[in-house]
Amino acid sequence: MRTLEDLNKLRDKLQAEISIRERKQEITVNVSMGTCGIAAGARETMKTLIEEISSKNIKDIALTQTGCLGACQQEPLVQIQKGGEKVTYINVDQEKARQIVNRHLLEGKVIEQWTKPEE
Amino acid sequence: MSMYRSHVLVCAGAGCISSDCKAVQSALIANIQAQGLKDEIKVVETGCMGPCDLGPVVLIFPDGVFYRKLKPEDTADIVTEHLLKGKLVDRLLHRPTGKSEQVATFDRMEFFKRQTRVTLRNTGLINPESIEEYIARDGYQALGKVLSKYSPEEVISAIKASGLRGRGGAGFPTGLKWEFTARASGNPKYVVCNADEGDPGAFMDRSILEGDPHSVLEAMAICGYAIGAEKGFIYVRAEYPLAVQRLETAIGKCLEYGLLGRNIFSTGFNFDIEIRVGAGAFVCGEETALLASIEGRRGEPRPKPPFPAQEGLWGKPTVINNVETWANIPPIILNGPEWFSAIGTENSKGTKVFALAGKINNTGLVEVPMGTPLKEIIYDIGGGIPNGKKFKAVQTGGPSGGCIPAEYLDTPVDYDSLVKLGTIMGSGGMIIVDEDTCMVDLAKFFLEFVQEESCGKCAPCRIGTKRMLEIMERIVEGNGKDGDIELLEELSQGIKSSALCGLGQTAPNPVLSTLRHFREEYIAHIKDKRCPAGACQALVTYYIDARACKGCGLCSKNCPAGAISGEKKKPHVIDAGKCIKCGTCKDKCKFNSIFIL
Ligand SMILES: Cc1cc2nc3c(=O)[nH]c(=O)nc-3n(C[C@H](O)[C@H](O)[C@H](O)COP(=O)(O)O)c2cc1C
Ligand code: SF4
Ligand code: SF4
Ligand code: SF4
Repeated sequence: MRTLEDLNKLRDKLQAEISIRERKQEITVNVSMGTCGIAAGARETMKTLIEEISSKNIKDIALTQTGCLGACQQEPLVQIQKGGEKVTYINVDQEKARQIVNRHLLEGKVIEQWTKPEE
Repeated sequence: MSMYRSHVLVCAGAGCISSDCKAVQSALIANIQAQGLKDEIKVVETGCMGPCDLGPVVLIFPDGVFYRKLKPEDTADIVTEHLLKGKLVDRLLHRPTGKSEQVATFDRMEFFKRQTRVTLRNTGLINPESIEEYIARDGYQALGKVLSKYSPEEVISAIKASGLRGRGGAGFPTGLKWEFTARASGNPKYVVCNADEGDPGAFMDRSILEGDPHSVLEAMAICGYAIGAEKGFIYVRAEYPLAVQRLETAIGKCLEYGLLGRNIFSTGFNFDIEIRVGAGAFVCGEETALLASIEGRRGEPRPKPPFPAQEGLWGKPTVINNVETWANIPPIILNGPEWFSAIGTENSKGTKVFALAGKINNTGLVEVPMGTPLKEIIYDIGGGIPNGKKFKAVQTGGPSGGCIPAEYLDTPVDYDSLVKLGTIMGSGGMIIVDEDTCMVDLAKFFLEFVQEESCGKCAPCRIGTKRMLEIMERIVEGNGKDGDIELLEELSQGIKSSALCGLGQTAPNPVLSTLRHFREEYIAHIKDKRCPAGACQALVTYYIDARACKGCGLCSKNCPAGAISGEKKKPHVIDAGKCIKCGTCKDKCKFNSIFIL
């Protein structure tokens, strides 16, 4: 640590790790983890989301899990919430999970054809 | 960077350690591994979160869910239900006293909601052994800021403008103390952290050292720059081994990262810090005694002036501040003095940490803005008095302080309002007492404490407190005499005006304060040989209420003195001559038939 600049760089890098405790996340990614969801592969979906989000170094995202949302045949379900806006993706396998991170979270584009129609 | 979708914070403050949080933590880690969640869930050990009576506790992010009173077995549900499936484990959530509904997240608990955490901003939230977590929370930014942008004079002006006053007891303006030291002639100069924390019942300094040691190191370095010192000492009592260890770890990390040592941030500023472990004598917290102890001499006070700002360590100008005072410095620099002085009251700026203890539902550590009414601290945050008992008084300021009775519950707590009531802020211990506490006995407890801790250097303190204690002992044993109160008052005045150091000068305070607010209790003890609170063993008599007694015989079976007799199903009686006043019978009786007079 030779200068204040070095400290700032280090801080910016470390902040992503601790921001989860400051509850300042703008985006919540929620994976439905009922028994049905887990049976349909929600664990793999969750793991892929974690890998992808951390490899792309995206900050201020809360990745959480909920119980069954009552749409068992469409599991695994992933909901993305930003501000008041909520998008629900259905049948999210690992490949879709990767795409969702890259296109929705990084580029801000909703992938309409995978979302739940009623919403 | 490694990302975890959830952080599980396990409180490892003193309270939780004593309720075995370590076993809970190991079970939690084992369950997380068993479920294959090791790479997704991070378990973080933190310093004290505050609600000590609820321990062991964990706090789960990002949702902020708070689980309390955990046993190792409970962690299986937390992992499989909450962390895996996202379902709350209802039975482990907090349920506030007197309320039926549970509160899931910490920010909805009255205990946390009403606090303003400045000094405790990181305590309970970060891993105290990780300099990275401190840096992520803007750690060492304040040091960087002063070294790159401020002149030493500007640092002192900022601290002066903030209105910060010392949190170690007397409330002396911190900026002014730094200025005196900066201007004093004499070299080298020193920076000292007073972490002796001798007040019975106080543990805020310990919690900060154990929960956020870097905040103190950073602040000391800032002061070093401001006054022109290159060396700091932290004086910690030996009873705080974990604090010592965490400080050592923190200092080691700083040296490694170049945040202490030579040429910090390439500005040419050098500063290093050494730890000195003290024997844990109350008088060693007094600044001149503490300095003597660091120098390797006996921890005895000397007369002031000269003040340490003029002649401190090895006769050189020295700033000595309390742990909590130090922890306020980095946020003042980062957020500006105006931000700080906007919190609190006219003459008491910022926040104060209190250690709630005694007869109160939520014991623990809380931080509130100066000027928060006592009532809010005791009832809203502290949850009120357990078992439906009546609040009687709160003792503040430890052995140098006094008590505040119920009629002053609306008082806003700051330095000046407490002094007006005949007590002091002190280091922030608040001992709450209910109707079952005898105020004479309480005053005797503190007098006993200072009498034992007196260093013996001067006669008024050594002999005077001993004489006072003898009188107090006589009174609670039922041998008080006419004139005792007047004698106590006379001795108090004599000791206050002639003792050499603060210990002796304040030793009579608990007695004077209880005489001021609870004089009738002294009179009852002396004249009527009666203890109104029913606490002084020698002055109480156990009776059985014949109408309420069912004659179950439980009391006589348990009485160790064989003092109770009676036929089955008939009212029993106690032979006062045989009764040794142990209270067993009263505890055993299921029909509340035994009372104390
Ligand atoms: C008998 C006695 C014991 C004291 N114990 C402590 C203590 O444990 N911790 C502390 O910070 N100050 C203690 N003080 C106050 C210190 O002498 C000194 O005023 C204080 O450390 C200054 O720091 P501050 O300006 O930040 O409050 C004690 C004073 C007396 C008279
Ligand atoms: S007042 Fe008491 S503690 Fe202080 S110097 Fe005198 S004897 Fe020692
Ligand atoms: S325990 Fe209570 S009810 Fe039973 S005999 Fe004793 S006083 Fe009476
Ligand atoms: S107070 Fe103790 S000694 Fe006295 S009657 Fe009750 S049990 Fe017996």
